[in-house]
Amino acid sequence: MLIQARTTPLPFAASSGYFDQRSASAKTGLRFLMAAMSSMFFLFLLSYILRSQVSDWEALSEPWQPLAQTGQLWFNSALLVVASISLELARRSIRQPDHGHSRELLLLAGLSSFGFLVGQVAFWNFLTSRGFFAESNPANAFFFLLTGLHALHVVGGLVAWIAATVRLSRERRQPTEKGLALTKLSIELCATYWHFLLVVWMLLFALLSSSPGTYAAIAKFCGLGD
Amino acid sequence: MAYADDVENEELHEPTGFIWKYVWSQDHKVIAIQYSTTAILVGLVALVLSGMMRMQIGFPGSIDMDATAYYQAMTMHGMIMVIYLLTAIFLGGFGNYLIPLMVGARDMVFPFVNMLSFWFYLVSVLVLLASFFVPGGPTGAGWTLYPPQAITAGTPGSEWGIILMLVSLIIFIIAATMGGLNYVTTVLQARTHGMTMFRMPLTVWGIFVATILALLAFPALFVSGVMMLLDQTIGTSFFMPDMMQFGSQLDYSGGSPILFQHLFWFFGHPEVYIVALPAFGLVSDLISIHARRSIFGYRMMVWAIVSIGVLSFVVWAHHMYVSGMNPYFGFFFATTTLVIAVPTALKVYNWLLTLWRGNIHLTVPMLFSLAFIVTFLVGGLTGLFLGNVVVDIPLSDTYFVVAHFHMVMGVAPILVVFGSIYHWYPKMTGRMLHDGIGKLHFWITFLGTYLIYFPMHYLGFLGMPRRYYAYEDYPFIPESAQSLNAFITVVAIVVGISQLLFLFNLVYSYFKGAPSGGNPWRATSLEWLTPETPPKHGNWGSSLPVVHRWAYDYGVPGAELDYVPQTTSAEEVPVHESDHDE
Repeated sequence: MLIQARTTPLPFAASSGYFDQRSASAKTGLRFLMAAMSSMFFLFLLSYILRSQVSDWEALSEPWQPLAQTGQLWFNSALLVVASISLELARRSIRQPDHGHSRELLLLAGLSSFGFLVGQVAFWNFLTSRGFFAESNPANAFFFLLTGLHALHVVGGLVAWIAATVRLSRERRQPTEKGLALTKLSIELCATYWHFLLVVWMLLFALLSSSPGTYAAIAKFCGLGD
Repeated sequence: MAYADDVENEELHEPTGFIWKYVWSQDHKVIAIQYSTTAILVGLVALVLSGMMRMQIGFPGSIDMDATAYYQAMTMHGMIMVIYLLTAIFLGGFGNYLIPLMVGARDMVFPFVNMLSFWFYLVSVLVLLASFFVPGGPTGAGWTLYPPQAITAGTPGSEWGIILMLVSLIIFIIAATMGGLNYVTTVLQARTHGMTMFRMPLTVWGIFVATILALLAFPALFVSGVMMLLDQTIGTSFFMPDMMQFGSQLDYSGGSPILFQHLFWFFGHPEVYIVALPAFGLVSDLISIHARRSIFGYRMMVWAIVSIGVLSFVVWAHHMYVSGMNPYFGFFFATTTLVIAVPTALKVYNWLLTLWRGNIHLTVPMLFSLAFIVTFLVGGLTGLFLGNVVVDIPLSDTYFVVAHFHMVMGVAPILVVFGSIYHWYPKMTGRMLHDGIGKLHFWITFLGTYLIYFPMHYLGFLGMPRRYYAYEDYPFIPESAQSLNAFITVVAIVVGISQLLFLFNLVYSYFKGAPSGGNPWRATSLEWLTPETPPKHGNWGSSLPVVHRWAYDYGVPGAELDYVPQTTSAEEVPVHESDHDE
């Protein structure tokens, strides 16, 4: 991004207007936000690997542990994939003359994200009902912490999703150039953010459900193992 | 449609009414002053705490302070000064005020988020201060908050104080992130016509890179803070090992205290540069303007800022030599630590070469800038001692370290804060700060801080341990050390009280100061070229400024004045782009 900024000598001269500028700002802001979030999740994952090498750790994928069966989490993942894909399709269809199916796609994205959250909460309930508490195994604690933080970020995304939905319905009632530009921007930002959330979730899911051997190998690779 | 034409219709909704103008304001200048005022006020609390600690050390028993209160004062002093004063005032204060003005923008790109950033910051300060009033008082774990002691009985505030501290830090990190997104995006996306990255004043570069560090490093503090909060509140064992407390086994097991240290310092070392890089930027501009010389090696300065920023992420474990580590790691971290001296020394040379044969005006901002160079140099050189494992281990727990970090990241940046306030106050208020009071404030502060911290190096060599509440009955500490301690305390109290001069000057000059006009220092950068002083909402009146040159055209041969504003076109005064531009 620095390089890009350097080679653009007149940031506004080439710009075609206020909305281009606003859209570029919002996208840059989102990229830095995702960089900060990546830093956070990356440090959590490193901590996870380091902590996994202590003898009291019981990997969640062990046969007697809850992630021996991951059906529910796969179902939740599928919902997030649906959300991500439908936002991507909404981002494309909003550019079509009559906005294509953007409204339905946006709605689908919101519902499936909400479904993802409900699914995650259901899984937490399942864990606690089976006696897998945060304090009973450090792996449980990490599971609650990481999935909880990820879910909070999905909730934050849903706030932006509500703004996008309101803008789209306003735009359909009273189309204006400004309204259309803002709606496009909102949906585009949501799509980028959801792809990011999906990638983070996939990494979390993969790590949380890995075998102790995998943790040992990663730890060794990072110079943390024996 | 050009941005400048359209933005007039879209953006200039000037707020009306006191509340919207000065309280719930989205104007970057008001937010900057809100940030700075809050930071200075909470900084005064930290200053009083340090005075109390000095009284206990210099004149034991002279005030009613037990060991618990001493450790609480030490912890709160450190955390407030580093995070809630210095970080907040450099990024939230100077960053907010100067970035839009210096790059020629009407405001930050996300004004609402910017406003939220301040209010989150204020809440974080209030939560922190609330810990003085909870049962057990604030945490006394030391500003590094190392577990297990931070949340184990026996450490002051291990029940409520530490919770409020961690919650406050988490809120602060959210505030800093919201502000940070604004600063970087404004620099990258809202520069005016002709303002290339390599025409920006070094102030903007320093704050820009520091903000990127903050966005990537604060998450480490967030991660460690959240995990410790869970260890304390719901009994997880992220950091807490198997341990006994008062003869009984605690419920924790297997946690890693060293993991906390790694996370803390992965934030903690970049934090030094989150404070230092803005100071480097600001002082570069002060030196250039008050020596009437273009900055020496502008591009070198920019790349030095960037490379210091990058290197600051790979040196963190030099704070942990005494915690024990693989000798190869020690070697690696000692090497990276010493390498960081290269770009830093480059900057010092460039400041000196800017001064060389300059027309040095000994104004108050310049005095503070010169004092900064000297103080930073001394603090930096002792850093070279401490960066070596074999030297660090005997010195680590002594007053030598206290002297080092106070000089390099306490006094040096605060000298820049003072210099910058004296420099930009006329733009913020339209009035000059009183020169005589300013000089008195400068000499007491500069000489005083030297008298306080220079002797501490000797105390460190004598082996005087830091973090002790009292030094009686330690035969290896000679009596002369106690005399020196009493001397340091006397000076510290004088320096502390003399800061009232500064506060008085701020208030007095606001009403009675000499009118400054728009550009009292005859400077070239855009903030001095606003149509009104102080700048109105939207900063630039009807049209944005157009930039034709860098910010350091002082003493250009053939020019009518000894400075050429950035808006002067190449037809009026030729631009020597080869020196400083693409």
